[in-house]
Amino acid sequence: MTRYLIPLAIFAVLVAFLSIGLNLKPREVPSPLIDKPAPAFTLNQLHEPAKQMSPADLKGKVWLLNVWGSWCVSCRQEHPLLVELGKANVVPLVGLNWKDNREAALKWLGDLGDPYTVSVVDPDGKVAIDYGVYGAPETYVIDRDGVVRYKQIGPISPEDLTKTILPLVKKLQG
Amino acid sequence: MIRVLTLLLFLLPMAATPEDTAQPVEADPVLEKRVMALAAELRCLVCQNQSLADSHADLAIDLKNQVRAMMKEGRSDAEIKAFMTERYGDFVLYRPPVRATTWLLWVGPFVLFAVGLAVMFAYIQRRRAGAAESAQLTPEQQARVRALLDDATSSRR
Repeated sequence: MTRYLIPLAIFAVLVAFLSIGLNLKPREVPSPLIDKPAPAFTLNQLHEPAKQMSPADLKGKVWLLNVWGSWCVSCRQEHPLLVELGKANVVPLVGLNWKDNREAALKWLGDLGDPYTVSVVDPDGKVAIDYGVYGAPETYVIDRDGVVRYKQIGPISPEDLTKTILPLVKKLQG
Repeated sequence: MIRVLTLLLFLLPMAATPEDTAQPVEADPVLEKRVMALAAELRCLVCQNQSLADSHADLAIDLKNQVRAMMKEGRSDAEIKAFMTERYGDFVLYRPPVRATTWLLWVGPFVLFAVGLAVMFAYIQRRRAGAAESAQLTPEQQARVRALLDDATSSRR
């Protein structure tokens, strides 16, 4: 009897390991920034380059930081949802225009709609490195105290927005 | 002759490669060597099976520039690694640190190896014991063997 049970048990363990392995998402690197203060920056605004913005300006508010670029294909996929979110006006949405060119970025926002409360530019990607950005789009939820509470890697789907991001924003605002 | 020519034809692209590969941009070869040595220890986040040193992804180039800039500021390799892990997590390190969450990763292969050895020796032991046992014939078997042998010798005569 054990003669058959042992291989069967080994097989079961193997299947368990493989199914765990298959369900992992190795592309999504967990951010060490969660529950840590959002890195400070002072960047020029996209629309008015003379003006600057830094996270300190939003202290006391829950806000989202969305990393995007006009060169980024997945950002295009995500954009209509952001436009809707911007219209709903529930949470300030800051756009971090990552390694982009100003004309292309402005044209993109002109063509597809501008969901951002304010857009800042990070031409050499230094701030993005501080935030541990390794692809676009990425979105951070930052609380009233300026602490990163959540990081979305890749485009936000409607489910991500309604099931994860918005409930979290509500909880943090409440 | 044709064979030699075809062989030479195949070798041709190899001769071309050294000039084509990217040359380090920086003039300081000592610094560049240090940058590449550390970059080989760091994972490229975009193409995850490559190190920063191997990768030509935009982000990898930016991160290499970051490493280079920090080295010029006089920061140590450990400080630069800490800078990277603060931002990208242990995942950027090709050699993860030993701690509670990674002990299985470090110890696991040795445990599996030990288990494999134990199973192998147990198996060999059992086979040996089994072989020794079956070498002993029961009286009936011995009688049968003798009968067969007798039969064979008698029929040959």
